[in-house]
Amino acid sequence: MIRSLPSSASYRIAYGAYVFLFFTFLLMPLLAISVLAFNDSNFISLPWNGFTLDWFFSATDERQGVFADEELIASIVTSLSTGFFVAVLSTLVGTIAALLFEEEEFKLKGLLYFLALAPLVIPGVILGISILLTATAAGNHIENTFGLDVELFRPSYWLVILGQFSFAATYVMLLVSARLKKFDRTLEEAALSLKATRLEAIWYVTIPFLRPAIMGAFVVAFILSFSNINTTIFLIGSDPTLPIDLYSRIRFSSTPVLNAVSFMIVLVISVLAIINFFTSRSKD
Amino acid sequence: MIQNKKNNFNITFYLLIVPVLIWLIFMIVIPHVELLISSFQIEDDIGNKVFSFANYIEFFNQKIYWLTFVKTAAYSIGVTLLAFIVAFPIAFYLTKVASKPKASFLLLLLLIPLWVGELVTVYGWMVLLGDHGVINHFLITIGIINEPVNMLYTDFSMVVGLLYMSVLFMVIPVMSSLHSLDDSLIEAACDLGASKWVIFTRIIIPYAMPGITSGAIIVFMLVIGDYLAPNLLGGKHSLWFTEQIYNSFLTTFNWNEGAAFGFLLLMLSSGVIWLALKLSGQKLEKVGS
Repeated sequence: MIRSLPSSASYRIAYGAYVFLFFTFLLMPLLAISVLAFNDSNFISLPWNGFTLDWFFSATDERQGVFADEELIASIVTSLSTGFFVAVLSTLVGTIAALLFEEEEFKLKGLLYFLALAPLVIPGVILGISILLTATAAGNHIENTFGLDVELFRPSYWLVILGQFSFAATYVMLLVSARLKKFDRTLEEAALSLKATRLEAIWYVTIPFLRPAIMGAFVVAFILSFSNINTTIFLIGSDPTLPIDLYSRIRFSSTPVLNAVSFMIVLVISVLAIINFFTSRSKD
Repeated sequence: MIQNKKNNFNITFYLLIVPVLIWLIFMIVIPHVELLISSFQIEDDIGNKVFSFANYIEFFNQKIYWLTFVKTAAYSIGVTLLAFIVAFPIAFYLTKVASKPKASFLLLLLLIPLWVGELVTVYGWMVLLGDHGVINHFLITIGIINEPVNMLYTDFSMVVGLLYMSVLFMVIPVMSSLHSLDDSLIEAACDLGASKWVIFTRIIIPYAMPGITSGAIIVFMLVIGDYLAPNLLGGKHSLWFTEQIYNSFLTTFNWNEGAAFGFLLLMLSSGVIWLALKLSGQKLEKVGS
């Protein structure tokens, strides 16, 4: 039943088969698109017509590969830069929030902490529409009062960044808090008694201790942004992110270039997962 | 000197609290207040916003709206239960059965679908389940069936997609609560002649309850708020409540109605989550950890 206890052969085989089935279920969709990205066919699925790299590099009218499709490249660039800004903003605010809630005592702390955790249990669609409503109301108000049209208050690149930041910061806060809980507070007190200011103590003592968690949280925030669609879909302006672009292609014009982009995403994520695997193992 | 130090503390405190307040007030509190206000407004004949219950009355008058609402809630609870049944043996296997290196390799495989993002995996299921998809092609080639089986655009494919994108959020919290379960508890029960069923239901599941609650809350929230799986994998009749919100905002441009739907969805999901926390005696703080 567990490692140290003997169990019958049939039980072990049945359990092993279940685990195998589960991982097949988990990896099947990823394997299928990865293989079909190299299929020499104009349709997204089987039959297998032989190996080709057309869906990556071809630039004919009939077959436009990933690197020849300017629209696709533009949406990838948009997603990368959006992810970068979201990661910077939410790592900054999320880390500050972790320091605030772990190290300070103040009135209404419980209420603020509850609000900071709320994005965990608010569906992304709701965050999207409420931010859209608020931004539009603010934008209309500014336009009527000052006659100014501010891009931030319309569905736009920057509104997407703000929208994704609103929930990504919560995840950063949780990841950094988890490490901060293991921090020996006497180190900070030692710095203070050696005449460091509180800010210096945080900057020179606490932050270096938190660095691995902060870096990890930065990557998580980037991935959350890069794959988000529920919140983004309501805030998007004229430049779509990659998931939004792929979503409209899936609905209206599926070609195997979708397999090729998906394969590239799976590849990058797998490499990141393997890096994470080895760096976290070397720490043990 | 002491006065000086005190000031210092205050400056740091304000440096910490101001960004957090800006985040929470402008990105969380005000938008949700605006959502509530918008849901009680309609536009009159000359385009002014006026107070009205019309959006909510519309919801209860149109059968399709509240029926979709009820169906979404029921399916979300169903998928959450399914996720628990599917995930629990896997979490147990990874923490208590598999050897350490094997478990960490399988954990690596778990991370990949989690990080790849929902859109790619939903698309993968479309490729697998379609009438001309991989599974039908395979079954016809080996001769089990002659005609493609219709799997895509049904409630079946929608549930597969919903389960796929949420099940790992059940596996991970259950694993973290099983980690601290002392093996000797299970050994002792076994020595005293307890059956596997008794060990599972009387020792392991009660011990893992905090993890199960966290997992159930996150799975439920993800499923009820999901848009891609119902939209891309579900059929004409697999309406999901988020699709109604999407239609109000982006197809019919009736934002006030959409706000009312959004607020109802928010009430439903927070109500169920609150109930789950009350019944299990757990705090929201635990869900995040």
